[in-house]
Amino acid sequence: MTKLLSEISKNQRVGYILPKTDIPQLSIESIYHKNILAESDRQIPELSEVDVIRHFTELSKKNFGVDLGFYPLGSCTMKYNPKINEETAKFDGFLNIHPLQDESTIQGILELQYKLLKSLSEITGMKWGTLQPFAGAHGEFVGMKLFKAYFNAKGEKRTKLLVPDSAHGTNPASAHIAGFEVVEIKSDENGLVSIDEVKKHVGSDLAGLMLTNPNTLGLFEKNIIEIAKIVHDAGGLLYYDGANFNAILGKVRPGDMNFDVVHLNLHKTFSTPHGGGGPGSGPIMVNEKLIPFLPVPDIVFENNSYMLSYNKPQSIGRVSGFYGNIAVMVRAYTYILTMGQKGLNEVSEKAVLNANYLRVKLSKLIKIAYDTICKHEFVLTGKEIKEKYGVSTLDIAKRMLDYGVHPPTIYFPLIVPEALMIEPTETESKETLDYFVSIIESIIKDINENPEILHNAPNNTPIKRLDEVKAAKEPKLKW
Amino acid sequence: MHPYIPHTSEEVKSMLSDIGVSSIDELFADIPESIKLKRHLNIHDPMSEFEVYKELKSLSEKNKTAVSFLGAGCYDHIIPVAVQHIISRSEFYTSYTPYQAEISQGTLQSIFEFQSLICELTGLDVSNASLYDGHTAASEASVMALNSVKKSDTILISEYLHPFTKQVLKTYFLGLDIFVVEVKGKDGKIDIDDLKSKISENVAGLIVQTPNFLGILEDLSEISKILKENKKVLIVSANPLSLSIFKNSKEWNADIAIGDLQPFGIPQYFGGPSAGYIAAKEDYLRKMPGRIVGQTIDKEGKRGFVLTLQAREQHIKRERATSNICSNQALMALASTVYISIMGKSGLKEIAKRSISASHYFESELTKIKAGKILHDQPYFNEFTFVFNKDAKSVLSELKKQGIFGGILLEPILGEKYKNAVLIATTEKRTKEEIDQYVKIVGGIL
Repeated sequence: MTKLLSEISKNQRVGYILPKTDIPQLSIESIYHKNILAESDRQIPELSEVDVIRHFTELSKKNFGVDLGFYPLGSCTMKYNPKINEETAKFDGFLNIHPLQDESTIQGILELQYKLLKSLSEITGMKWGTLQPFAGAHGEFVGMKLFKAYFNAKGEKRTKLLVPDSAHGTNPASAHIAGFEVVEIKSDENGLVSIDEVKKHVGSDLAGLMLTNPNTLGLFEKNIIEIAKIVHDAGGLLYYDGANFNAILGKVRPGDMNFDVVHLNLHKTFSTPHGGGGPGSGPIMVNEKLIPFLPVPDIVFENNSYMLSYNKPQSIGRVSGFYGNIAVMVRAYTYILTMGQKGLNEVSEKAVLNANYLRVKLSKLIKIAYDTICKHEFVLTGKEIKEKYGVSTLDIAKRMLDYGVHPPTIYFPLIVPEALMIEPTETESKETLDYFVSIIESIIKDINENPEILHNAPNNTPIKRLDEVKAAKEPKLKW
Repeated sequence: MHPYIPHTSEEVKSMLSDIGVSSIDELFADIPESIKLKRHLNIHDPMSEFEVYKELKSLSEKNKTAVSFLGAGCYDHIIPVAVQHIISRSEFYTSYTPYQAEISQGTLQSIFEFQSLICELTGLDVSNASLYDGHTAASEASVMALNSVKKSDTILISEYLHPFTKQVLKTYFLGLDIFVVEVKGKDGKIDIDDLKSKISENVAGLIVQTPNFLGILEDLSEISKILKENKKVLIVSANPLSLSIFKNSKEWNADIAIGDLQPFGIPQYFGGPSAGYIAAKEDYLRKMPGRIVGQTIDKEGKRGFVLTLQAREQHIKRERATSNICSNQALMALASTVYISIMGKSGLKEIAKRSISASHYFESELTKIKAGKILHDQPYFNEFTFVFNKDAKSVLSELKKQGIFGGILLEPILGEKYKNAVLIATTEKRTKEEIDQYVKIVGGIL
């Protein structure tokens, strides 16, 4: 158990010395009326630099990251985070510039953003976009606002937004908070969006459809052109959730599938680290007809220089305080330069190869939800195991921790009972995949012979299974 | 072969054969031919690490840095080296959201500590694991307020709220039947009479910023009283650095505290990534957006931490969720946590005090040489709005020529009322020589 910062604090310890100053130091009480002054000292820990470094280093040892091993978390694309990205992101000329500096002094960062947008336009088959959204969910929200602005400009009131039942939870949530009425579309027996279901909801109130392709089952929505036509014919728009873009890099583009708005996750497809939950980046790319509504500022290149342009009268406005998570963009741009056309193409090929390899091997051990060629991920169901042995998917996941790998995404998508969603990514070697298969084999053996070991798992982790019910029932959220 | 993709051609062959297909192309056979990309992406050839490094280095050098007096929510503070050292540990930065608590105690405990520190600074009961930035935090806080006051559809904001926060709010509520109404300012502070006149049944609450966009510290005593009497939600946005010296949300009797953590160990980085904080009184806990970490015990009774109260969140509630936030700025929140730990109780106070001494010294020196005058004679923190006697644009351009970013020209952002007004920020990093040099240059062109 690592002590809390508050528990290692010692009165009067310091962790830092400020430089000398010649500026006359004023007394606070002499400048300000006591009405606005703090009534008491804030109880902030007092620590030495050694205390702080030891504390956080110890904590870091209790964390599992991609650098430590296999992390097949479905729909999260936990690929290797190249180290060159970390180096380029630390250049002084990026790190120490202010967002409101004169444009002549920020040409490098504007050029980088402009070129990144150009590359993403080509990669997605869209016309232009914005890099401002801070995360995928933020991108979805911006995309939904673009839908709103587009219909407003046309003088249409469209309220209904279709979202498949296999969609990421953020899809319906983003559509809802942007002011749409969400209609859930049932998947058909093959795990795909049913054309008939879509047709049922077509009408003058249809705003559009949000779709992930390949979907969260890892299956390509082959009917996309027909679905797009139905939605477009009804006057609606199509939104592409790019969480699964790693599967199709260089193979097929959302623009060519007739999507109108696309979000990408730079922290998934473009290798930037997830940072324990963020910062990410969720650029939005659009086709011609949505360009006027993109957030301000836009990045333009005119008369040989890059500029931030606010000249967009139909824009939805500003979506982030400044311009988004710039450091993430630097990393993603570094990655695209490194990979090039050839490398990006190889990414999707090997990601799909790895997923299918695991699919074939693992579906012999645990039932697969939809047994067909998959793209970057696939979903197993632990339903039978649970019914037969009383071992849940959660138990299986916790047991994996004992073998030094991160478990897959579990209990998602919601349409698969006891789901295990596995996305190996292209950066994993055959040995790693084979090791993972051998882990599942051992676990299956345990299930047959000694299910108790699964209920008690994990055993080799810094801490044993945690009581989540207690945490929610008696919330203790600070020291 | 590629350094990040380990497959040998023999392995590919054997994997394909195990799958039961003869080529990788067959794995893409489910994509209709009509939409397949039948050419190569028009992207350059791959580059080596050495070349990429040079290319990015040269791009970074097209940006110019200088002695900076720029602020407006993004400041040039000293960042102890320990901060970068810790957030560069790949156990932290290559991990994902801590879904599997048993192998994520590092992230989880550090977020618990972050929440504790935010509660301590703001004085409020509960904090989440951080938001995107201080500006979007205002939208999330507004939603909490709207959901707390029955039949409300209006959020009041102070005229002196950061203009970008205002714009983000406006976008957030675009096309919804929610109104964002501005309360006028008077001499750099909220106009109490205007506030009174705008409070109505439909109002959920007020967002006020102190120190406000002009750098002025507002006395919220009366504002808070008015809001409480009318059962409205008070949301206070504050630079976290100011909270060691000035009243915090608890002391103002505010309900929700928000702000941007950039001053706490996060590089300016052209405005991002930073992290937003949000804290609230206990009553608002179930309406809080985003991730929250709670303490619990493991099977053996040992203390541990988990993501908790997830029933609020989008992956459970889907279209019934009140927020779509499914992440946090974890690594930046970690940077701030390390920063606060290193600076400690006395360090945070000292940094705030030095910023204050610097801003006040600076203002008095500029006034002394009759360069102009402060816009409003009100108490201010680390930033002040100074109106130059001369064309402010040319003053700034002269300073820039001599290696100084002299401040932010307010007229293009706030309009004509702010002719020749410049927002000038100081931090503990600025020296007397730098300020004197600034004053000397201005003196030379008066």
